[in-house]
Amino acid sequence: MSIKANDFIDITNVVCPITFVKVKVAIEELEPGEILEIKMSSGEPIQNVPRSLKEENHKVLQVVNNEDETYTVYVEKGEEL
Amino acid sequence: MAKVDYKALKAGGLMRQVQKEQFSMRLKTVGGQISAEHLKKIYEIANKYGQGYVHLTSRQGVEIPFIKLEDIEEVKREMATVGLLTGVCGPRVRTITACQGSSVCPNGLIETIPIAEKLDQRYAGLEFPHKFKFGVTGCNNNCLKAEENDIGIKGGVQPEWQVDPCTFCGLCEAVCPKKAIKVDRDAQTVTFEQDLCNFCGKCVKSCPNEAWTGKNGYSVYFGGLFGNQIATGKSIFPMIYDEDVLFKVTDRTLEFFKKRAKPGERFGLTLKRVGWEEFEKDLQEALK
Repeated sequence: MSIKANDFIDITNVVCPITFVKVKVAIEELEPGEILEIKMSSGEPIQNVPRSLKEENHKVLQVVNNEDETYTVYVEKGEEL
Repeated sequence: MAKVDYKALKAGGLMRQVQKEQFSMRLKTVGGQISAEHLKKIYEIANKYGQGYVHLTSRQGVEIPFIKLEDIEEVKREMATVGLLTGVCGPRVRTITACQGSSVCPNGLIETIPIAEKLDQRYAGLEFPHKFKFGVTGCNNNCLKAEENDIGIKGGVQPEWQVDPCTFCGLCEAVCPKKAIKVDRDAQTVTFEQDLCNFCGKCVKSCPNEAWTGKNGYSVYFGGLFGNQIATGKSIFPMIYDEDVLFKVTDRTLEFFKKRAKPGERFGLTLKRVGWEEFEKDLQEALK
């Protein structure tokens, strides 16, 4: 199953908390139901960014391990809380 | 003038200073919480009787240095007006430390402060062969360093997976620091290796579909020391899920310490001398 994203952001070159700030800014541009594709590093970003997305009512659809210490995460924008 | 009983003063949290007849006054704290009202009183006392500052101890305590011997009773009276108490020192159960736990911290897996308060109600100040330290930490991040304490309590979660809500997105596999979870999207399967799990709860906290849930509990570590000698506290049985069982374990551990420790011997060294197996047997007896 391949997911078609509406936008893409690479946060592998920044560290916490800028990781989530960048994701937040990118997701604000989307409409609820649209999908953001995020490339992030393993370790802290993968452990924290998806959890923060969940807290803000967005939904992770799929996580792809790129086998190079990075992941690609597809997130569907949720309704505003 | 009557002879000063420095030992009694120390037991009551008044530590002799280098300066003659001046004391650093340790205050009672539990779980690192101090009310704003108490802070105001501490401010007043530090200004009026001390030198206008406090010292924060390594174990979430507050001390007001430079309290004069002749002022001690008056200071205690002023403290009592707001219910502020002095702490303890010497061979007894010391300040119970805790992080903020799950009622405040997003990472928390247990409510640490009520546990710290209950430990304090049970054991505060009780005398033992040597000092005895409790620390309560809410999760594997271990901000309160469970393994440094004579008894350390750490929050954890035993994860459980349900097939129905799962979308096989793969996030749990990605966040698991122990690689205990494998998700096969094509085969629509999830495998979980219990032996690898460190109970950190990252799968439960991050799962977008609530397919991972879990039972929260307490991992207990015994015999930690971090002073003149250093030893890492050890866990000797699986997580405890029931608060009453937790207190049965702490009760029995203190009884064992009281019975078996030599005067001036820290718990970790008692365990080393008499053997961990004996302690384990004793605990199992209590948990029957």
